[in-house]
Amino acid sequence: MSMLTLGYSVLFYFAAAILFAGLAYRIYTYANTPSPLKIVVTPAPTTKAGVVYRMWREVVLFESLFRSSKWTWIFGWAFHFGMLLVLLRHLRYVNEPTWFWVDMIQPYGIYAGFVMLLGLFGLWARRILVDRVRYISAPSDHLMLAMIIGITVTGLMMKFVSGTDVIAVKNFMIGLLTFNIQPIPEDPILLIHLGLVALLMIVFPYSKLLHAPGVFFSPTRTQVDNPRETRHVTPWAKDAN
Amino acid sequence: MADYEVPKITDIPVVPAIQEGAMAHSSPFVSRAPFQEPMGYPDELVDNWQEVAIEKMGDLTTKYRSLKVFLDSCVKCGACTDKCHYFLGTSDPKNMPVARQDLLRKVYRRYFTLAGKFFPKLVGATDLTKEVLDDWYTYYHQCSQCRRCSVFCPYGIDTAEISMAAREILDVVGVGQKYCNEIIGKVYEIGNNLGLPGPALKATLEDLEEDVEDETGIEVKYPLDVQGADVLVVTPSADFFAEPHIDGLIGYGKVFHQAGINWTMSSHASEAANFGMFIGSYDNMKRVAMRIREAALDLGVKRIVVGECGHAWRVAYQFWNTLAGPFDFLDPNYPVPQHIIEVTHDLIQRGALNLDPSANDDKRVTFHDSCNVARATRMGNMPGGQFILPREVIKASVNNYFDMAPETIHDSTFCCGGGGGLLTDDLMELRVKGAMPRMQALHEVVKENDVNYLAAICAICKSQFTKTLPYYDLPMDMIGSVHGLVSDAIQLGTKE
Repeated sequence: MSMLTLGYSVLFYFAAAILFAGLAYRIYTYANTPSPLKIVVTPAPTTKAGVVYRMWREVVLFESLFRSSKWTWIFGWAFHFGMLLVLLRHLRYVNEPTWFWVDMIQPYGIYAGFVMLLGLFGLWARRILVDRVRYISAPSDHLMLAMIIGITVTGLMMKFVSGTDVIAVKNFMIGLLTFNIQPIPEDPILLIHLGLVALLMIVFPYSKLLHAPGVFFSPTRTQVDNPRETRHVTPWAKDAN
Repeated sequence: MADYEVPKITDIPVVPAIQEGAMAHSSPFVSRAPFQEPMGYPDELVDNWQEVAIEKMGDLTTKYRSLKVFLDSCVKCGACTDKCHYFLGTSDPKNMPVARQDLLRKVYRRYFTLAGKFFPKLVGATDLTKEVLDDWYTYYHQCSQCRRCSVFCPYGIDTAEISMAAREILDVVGVGQKYCNEIIGKVYEIGNNLGLPGPALKATLEDLEEDVEDETGIEVKYPLDVQGADVLVVTPSADFFAEPHIDGLIGYGKVFHQAGINWTMSSHASEAANFGMFIGSYDNMKRVAMRIREAALDLGVKRIVVGECGHAWRVAYQFWNTLAGPFDFLDPNYPVPQHIIEVTHDLIQRGALNLDPSANDDKRVTFHDSCNVARATRMGNMPGGQFILPREVIKASVNNYFDMAPETIHDSTFCCGGGGGLLTDDLMELRVKGAMPRMQALHEVVKENDVNYLAAICAICKSQFTKTLPYYDLPMDMIGSVHGLVSDAIQLGTKE
């Protein structure tokens, strides 16, 4: 086994461990931190089913963002759903034989890569050009965009500039999943691509990427609007004077 | 009129370019010993304030899921940056909701996150210095906790939750705000925000009964501490004598009179307001809320009705059941608590009131959705009832009604500029500037529809507009109570 294969294998196991353990810890913490009061932002659904529908609209359509900023919405939505399709397309690297729908979406996944990139550049442009958004941006906000753009561009380069040995990539990935390490292709673009992906996995639970689990624990959106009908009491609040 | 520039009303609303430090000079008077001590807060900055503040911050993130999730989840997308009335009115970038949150978030990141501990510069984390603490005091007292930003945030991040937490930390280290803490003290000591003692209140209400009888020839009662009344009305103390609030109280009395409802107010709980919410203090909020429960039990009432007050309705609707419940000793056929608008609306639906809207034909009316009512409560059974019911009550009482621009009403409503514990003269500049977005929308309906009456259901809104309307070349007496309109339209002596 080459040093390179060993290095990337260790990196991916490490990144996956951080990602899953970190996220599990965050979700556990959020779920176990009480909401002592009903603070849902109204108008809000009065039933649990209504809340599920509200959250669906929030997570799938970015409804609130649509109301607040059409540009941020269109760039943000293009990025996230482009990325979703791209990620689904990538299932072919871990899935053998590939499911029929993974085969079906292959060509669309390529377009989605460009849509995703367009969204990312749009978001970055806003961060630089709009004085208000520039003011609130920390270096990490720019670097986060740079990192994801780096992943996307190297991904597209392997499709359109210099192809990589996808069969070997697949063997490497399946090898990782089955603990039967296979050599990683020594293609610099692929190595950058995978390196950045591992970095993304590592920073995920320590960064603003926590918005992904966070939205499901946001009391202003997830609570049912029924404070008069149902008494809401959490442990520490019960003992407060 | 002012030693600062009053924002210009433009033809169309404009998002200003940022001006750093534009409102850095604005902060309210700091609380002093007589107000801090009864609430259990130190009366000056404690020696180890950094330690105390960080410890309190950690404590709060384990007690409030909202705070924890909101501090972690912001992606700095900027969607909220043009949503705050204080930013729109002042151009100070620290009044953008995300920037206001970041004042606390950057310290949270420094002390409670791995990234902030190791790479503070990279993620915008900073130590808690005296400058940062001063910024907290300045800018968390430029937030009216109106929740408009939360409506537009893709994660529902509510700056009100952050500013409440910040104010609680400030109280614990000894820099409380005089206005809020002095008022909470008055509630404990005397029973209401305005410090009106029981006997004075009784005399005021008797005078009111005489005035109403002189004017209408009908003996309408404004009862206090009546044992065994069916309904306890809890209303903001401004309703007892301030203009235009008192017209609302007169209206409640007329409604109960015509419907034949046996009601009372309470000298023990002669205040609906609960400033415990503004300072983020669960314990104080609970203590203030418990007065209502005690009064209801003492008087043996069957229902509790809340008068026209925005944040009080939030505390009543969202929190009372938690803080002071269960209310299983009240009549289960009515919601607990009920808003006075719900009561009047229901009576109108049932034909129990005789309203003649032509009595208000001199008025061309618009309605200001108060922030706490709009975004933190409900009226009636369906979501959004808090927008529908007040308008239906108004439309039953007047013939000429016009809404302001859709992006400035309902859950997009702009705060009056004086909510959240900022309705104090030492913040006048902030209040005038923060009123701008609402004044802009009002100007539009004045121009297009000759509107001359701005109806509201919140004591803070009414006081704030009385003060700020003249700065925008509008008459101060155009603001009025919704039940003031009902009061003028109701035909006493025709139903009862």
